[in-house]
Amino acid sequence: MAFNSADIAAFKNVWVFCEQRQGKMMNTTFELISEGRKLADELGVDLCGILLGDDVDGIAKEIGGYGADSVIVCNSPLLKNYTTEGYTKVICDMVEEYKPEILLFGASNIGRDLAPRCAARLHTGLCADCTHLDVDLDGYVNFLRTGSSLDVDGMNFDSKLFDVKTNLKMTRPAFGGHLMATIVCPRFRPAMATVRPGVMMKREFDNAKAASIKVIHPEFKLAPEDIETEVVEIVKAAKKMVDLIGADYIVSVGRGIAKDVEGGIKLAEELADELGGVVGSSRACVDAGWISADHQVGQTGKTVHPKVYIALGISGAIQHKAGMQDSEYIIAVNKNDAAPIFEIADYGICGDLFKVVPLLIDAIRESKAAKEA
Amino acid sequence: MILDKKHALQQKLFRQFAETEFTKEILDELEETGEFNWEMHKKMAKYGFMGVKIPKEYGGAGCDHLTYALMDEEFARQSAVLALYANTSNSLGGGPLLLAGSKEQKEKYLPPVARGEKILVFALTEPGAGSDAGGTTTTAIQDGDDFIINGRKCFISGAPMADWCILFAKTDLSAKGSRGISMFIVDMHLPGVSLGAPEKKMGIVGYPTSDVVLEDVRVPKDCLIGKLNKGFQTAMKTLDGGRLGVAAQAVGIAQACLDESVKYAKERKQFGRPIADFQGVSFMIAEMATDVEAARQLVYHAAQLKDAGSEEASKACSIAKFFASEAANRCAYKAVQIHGGYGYIKEYKVEKLYRDARITSIYEGTSQVQEIVISSNLLRK
Amino acid sequence: MKILVTVKQVPDTSGKVAVKEDGTLDRASMQTIINPDDLNAIEAALTLKDRLGCKVVAFTMGPPPAEGMLRELMAMGVDETVLITAREFGGSDTYATSQIIAAAIDTYGLEEEDIVLAGRQAIDGDTAQVGPQIAEKLHIPQVTYAGDIEKDGRTLTIKRILEDGYMTIKVKTPCLITCIKELNTPRYMTVLGTEECFDMPLHIMDYNTLKDHPLIDATTIGLKGSPTNIYKSFTPPQKGAGMMLEGSGKETAKQLVSILTDKHII
Repeated sequence: MAFNSADIAAFKNVWVFCEQRQGKMMNTTFELISEGRKLADELGVDLCGILLGDDVDGIAKEIGGYGADSVIVCNSPLLKNYTTEGYTKVICDMVEEYKPEILLFGASNIGRDLAPRCAARLHTGLCADCTHLDVDLDGYVNFLRTGSSLDVDGMNFDSKLFDVKTNLKMTRPAFGGHLMATIVCPRFRPAMATVRPGVMMKREFDNAKAASIKVIHPEFKLAPEDIETEVVEIVKAAKKMVDLIGADYIVSVGRGIAKDVEGGIKLAEELADELGGVVGSSRACVDAGWISADHQVGQTGKTVHPKVYIALGISGAIQHKAGMQDSEYIIAVNKNDAAPIFEIADYGICGDLFKVVPLLIDAIRESKAAKEA
Repeated sequence: MILDKKHALQQKLFRQFAETEFTKEILDELEETGEFNWEMHKKMAKYGFMGVKIPKEYGGAGCDHLTYALMDEEFARQSAVLALYANTSNSLGGGPLLLAGSKEQKEKYLPPVARGEKILVFALTEPGAGSDAGGTTTTAIQDGDDFIINGRKCFISGAPMADWCILFAKTDLSAKGSRGISMFIVDMHLPGVSLGAPEKKMGIVGYPTSDVVLEDVRVPKDCLIGKLNKGFQTAMKTLDGGRLGVAAQAVGIAQACLDESVKYAKERKQFGRPIADFQGVSFMIAEMATDVEAARQLVYHAAQLKDAGSEEASKACSIAKFFASEAANRCAYKAVQIHGGYGYIKEYKVEKLYRDARITSIYEGTSQVQEIVISSNLLRK
Repeated sequence: MKILVTVKQVPDTSGKVAVKEDGTLDRASMQTIINPDDLNAIEAALTLKDRLGCKVVAFTMGPPPAEGMLRELMAMGVDETVLITAREFGGSDTYATSQIIAAAIDTYGLEEEDIVLAGRQAIDGDTAQVGPQIAEKLHIPQVTYAGDIEKDGRTLTIKRILEDGYMTIKVKTPCLITCIKELNTPRYMTVLGTEECFDMPLHIMDYNTLKDHPLIDATTIGLKGSPTNIYKSFTPPQKGAGMMLEGSGKETAKQLVSILTDKHII
């Protein structure tokens, strides 16, 4: 029988596309498996990973540890490196054969290349870059209670068009995060989503589950002619150079580093490194010759709007604020609790930056380590 | 006046370009070195700004006076001096050729000027002949097929970079006043042409100005533009168009003063509240906004009169320049006042605006000369 | 050879974003701009045009005022533009949108030597889906996240940017490439362009133009043909007033980091 994405009753189980690069599983995959487990449990179905590559059986079982019941592995030299056509063909063929009702991808550059192409071929809906997923309605309402400015208690969650209790509710930011939207795909299957990396929580690794995962090697057809692009080389980049304007994270230093200029700048660099950001400064530091002018933020320096702006020992003169007050989050550390910077900071710590910053760096490292584990 | 779609799109282009390209680094460098920024000149040429008003058949874009005014305004809003970069070829440089040049002269000189490959400047003023151009002492004496030019021109904007200059010289030494003056285009690389040292100016720093000295400069007679002894009339007509450009530049400066003041008044806190809350400040802002808008409407109107070929255009350009340049000075004064001590230091934009505004009521006819033009238009009819 | 570029007019989300009480965007109060990534696609097309002298045609789907954006593109150097506009197309999600644009491109004519360029994603939806879905509907290969494009005959060599490096990919025309901002710096309009763009060709493709195309039927376009629907839309919790954390020791540092990680800020 021909594949029909509108025959929604024919679809069952939750699938996760397991992205690997050069034979190494991407961390996002584990996050997705963990989240997929939650959805599968809410639906009372199985969770299955789908892994494509060349000789990747060795990493297939890993996902069992995060909750997958089974994994479909497609090995082929033609799948060694990612190509849109090769991966799309195999995934779509598998979906048509096994008919999962939910299919998740990581919203990596590869996931966001592959998922839309598959959705278009399968004639189904895809929601991009999701930050929250629910099947269970109560769970969704609870999420809205804290994750939105809606007054959920007076709201009607029913719909005449579809069953709100069994459809996947995919929530994502739009308009640069100013607005959130929950998307549904009620009339077609699988309901597809790409999920923003780093958002979903990884479960604790379960050795027993990893050992018991069912590995499936289905037959599939893929010929060299199916692939129209040629991967010439894959290059891993050295550390990215970022400038102030494009940076998501900026750690800026001010006159507060005076007692140990070199040490202060080094601390700021370390903190910036932890966050993947860059170091900025107030005008005072530039004028004093402590740091070069290309670091300067403010009226006479650069105007920046990073995700997070951390002001260390910066009093917050109007000239400085003019260059950074549109940052999404402002964090200030200053010894003087009356410093004007605290007026615009989202979070403030009154204290000596030389003491506070090393503690912050430690706390970030700890939190990262906890996430990795 | 409401701009039509085309002019609105052109305004958007000028604004986008100036806001993006006239960076603080570039403006600071101009201010510090006082030197011409060739890279900026080339970039502006690439998009066709040098040829805005030059007809398409001579390599320009063939826009009208309104577009030209919009360009000067938007550029000056970010940088009064960089507005000059794109201005000269469209006004004092290209203007005389368009008004009086032969087809051959236009074909030879205008396309490279429109493309920004050559720089053409305007040399009328002399040490003893400013607003009174009739006092010209530079002479051009016919010698066979050539003219021999001797004299000294001063305050020539752009002279140090110029390839050619439009030069006014007495050709009939017996004629009195403004009569007997002819207009030439002189190759600045000819033997006998030399430059004075660049002037150290109060404002519009970064567009060098110097004297041009002519000692027995021999130019062929096909460098005569228009009729012999009739150059002064062309000079006056050219200045009409130039006045419109200066007026638009003044509107841009005034608008920048307003922009900076609004921003600062909302940010700056005194006595626990933004200074915008104080009527002493907010009223100054209202006065500035009114000045800017009135000046802008006068400029756009004068541009439209010029485009329509109206007889009222000359007077309207003088009115626009008179009002807009004085308004720019008033706005600059208030902008510095609102900024207080910060407005007096070079780090703040208004300090430069204050100095740049000052030239607009001086060059291409002082405010007092505009008053003469306006009043004589009314009284001597 | 010609280059077809898909562009979108979007609300400018870089400034203040106005949200109505019902949680939808107050588009009327916002400025519209050309989607930034699409400008990189336009620049890539114009760069190739400068070198190869090929024709560049821009396609957009949107309401009639999108004409202003198309004039602007022609003032930059685009030769022709196509405005796809019809009430029937309104409310389309990415799937339906890509069907309609693919039908328009196919109707205009896509030949062996042609390239389709798109921006990586639009700043209103940030989905990055329409480009690949157009490619699928046109049955041509795609390369997304292009950071560099070189052309030699029918072969394109593309540097495809990944989070941890890049891939170099070869692909033959016809193909679709999505462009990122690292690819180039978009040019401005030229003065001459602004004078001439209002007399340049702007084709309208409405429902009647496209209704007989195989990709277009009531079940695949517009709100009704869209596989996805918006269930709820809302604003994130308001960013509260600033908060001074107690103390300055280890616990305070931990508290801050945990707040930031909980909110996915770091």
